Amino acid sequence: MIPFEYRRAEDTDSAVTAVAADPRAVFLAGGTNLVDHLKLGITAPDELVDVTDLPLDAIEDTPEGGLRIGATVRNSDLAASPPVRERYRALSLALLSGASGQLRNRATTGGNLLQRTRCPYFQEITTPCNKRSPGTGCSALHGHNKNHAVLGASDSCVATHPSDMAVAMAALDGTVHVRSDRGERTIPVTELHRLPGEQPHRDTVLERGELITAVDLPPLPTGTYTAYRKVRERASYAFALVSVAAVLRVDNGVIDDVRLAFGGLAHKPWRAETVEERLRGATPAESTFREAAEAELSAARALADNAFKIPLARNTLGAVLRDLTTEAAR
Amino acid sequence: MERPVTLHVDGTVRKVSVDTRTTLLDGLRERLAVTAPKKGCDHGQCGACTVLLDGRRVLACLILAVTCDRSEVTTADGLGDSGSPHPVQRALLEHDGLQCGYCTPGQACSAVGMLDEAKAGWPSAVSGDLRQNVELTEEEIRERMSGNLCRCGAYPNIVAALREAIR
Repeated sequence: MIPFEYRRAEDTDSAVTAVAADPRAVFLAGGTNLVDHLKLGITAPDELVDVTDLPLDAIEDTPEGGLRIGATVRNSDLAASPPVRERYRALSLALLSGASGQLRNRATTGGNLLQRTRCPYFQEITTPCNKRSPGTGCSALHGHNKNHAVLGASDSCVATHPSDMAVAMAALDGTVHVRSDRGERTIPVTELHRLPGEQPHRDTVLERGELITAVDLPPLPTGTYTAYRKVRERASYAFALVSVAAVLRVDNGVIDDVRLAFGGLAHKPWRAETVEERLRGATPAESTFREAAEAELSAARALADNAFKIPLARNTLGAVLRDLTTEAAR
Repeated sequence: MERPVTLHVDGTVRKVSVDTRTTLLDGLRERLAVTAPKKGCDHGQCGACTVLLDGRRVLACLILAVTCDRSEVTTADGLGDSGSPHPVQRALLEHDGLQCGYCTPGQACSAVGMLDEAKAGWPSAVSGDLRQNVELTEEEIRERMSGNLCRCGAYPNIVAALREAIR
């Protein structure tokens, strides 16, 4: 680690001003990812601006009946909060399936959205990586790529986004609130993260100095069911090979709202829009689920070690839809 | 870049000046000679460095000491003393929930934090209906303790110990 200054921000304005003033300053929240990156030499800021004392730790109902989640709310508090458990079950399940109890006690909403890939070549600084060192090449493309992307990847980068929480928020149509010294703006969670293209070093559409302050979730109509299922190589404390977040409502035997997102398949939470289009207005049936999943995944491109993810994604999606439509029919 | 930090460690006030790069784990072990939290992977993957920070279980290896000014830190040393160990520590001993013992301080702190979380009604990934309060079954304990790895494989005895500590 190179030496760095540390500043504890007292208010949001001074936090964003401090980072705007110094191109090598970064925000520090829970630190579960950033401190690891400092140790690994992946990043070398000259100042950390600690935002954990900012008044951004509330979970509040919005006037329209949704939920506003402050950026510094801890993952464990969010997963356990009654409104999330009762109204946004998929989000609670996604959070609880991520990391461990100790990490969830530190990790924050804003930080989790900005969690960086676990690609081993990104984390090992002696190997080429376009995400860490632009222009050096992608070691994973022809390396060990069992955990890598099958949707939306490019020859520049095949890394996947690691957050479970973000996948649930993408399916729940969350909106991210962002603040900088230039003002405030909102970004749908589905548009926060980028596909790699030629610029895989840019994980998100955030500009330098922009601070996530909150995430809004819209209300879900009565009779909406949500789920999060994560498939991994051990029972707990592992990143997803494939995950599925789902929001579903059945009315008179017909699916009238369905929103789905995959984790573990792409550089961002992958909204399964093709599946959604095919299922909206359809009668729940195993064959319909399968055909819709196959249409979505026809765009998938496997690498040497990860072809298994394509049928795994199809089957996981089918299982989630089967469970939710059964639950809705009860 | 040195910064003064005051920590309340296992009931004692400790003042120390730390480089901003120092983790809580290194600050405790190298600067304050508090060696109960162990350095295992040093990257948040093994749980050996688990301590209670202001009452919550966390990984000391991924927290910068400078961020902990005026915080209360409880390590496995501070859970109890040799005359009157914490019920979790006593149960770990009685059930032989320790082999080499390296992961044990982290397991003990994690278990104490986990029991408080369960008491507060927090669900886990295996809780099923998230609206109900959970009973700490063996499956629940395994899920909730999954952030603590034991290379000796003492898990069955750790689970048995924690089941007893709950009673």
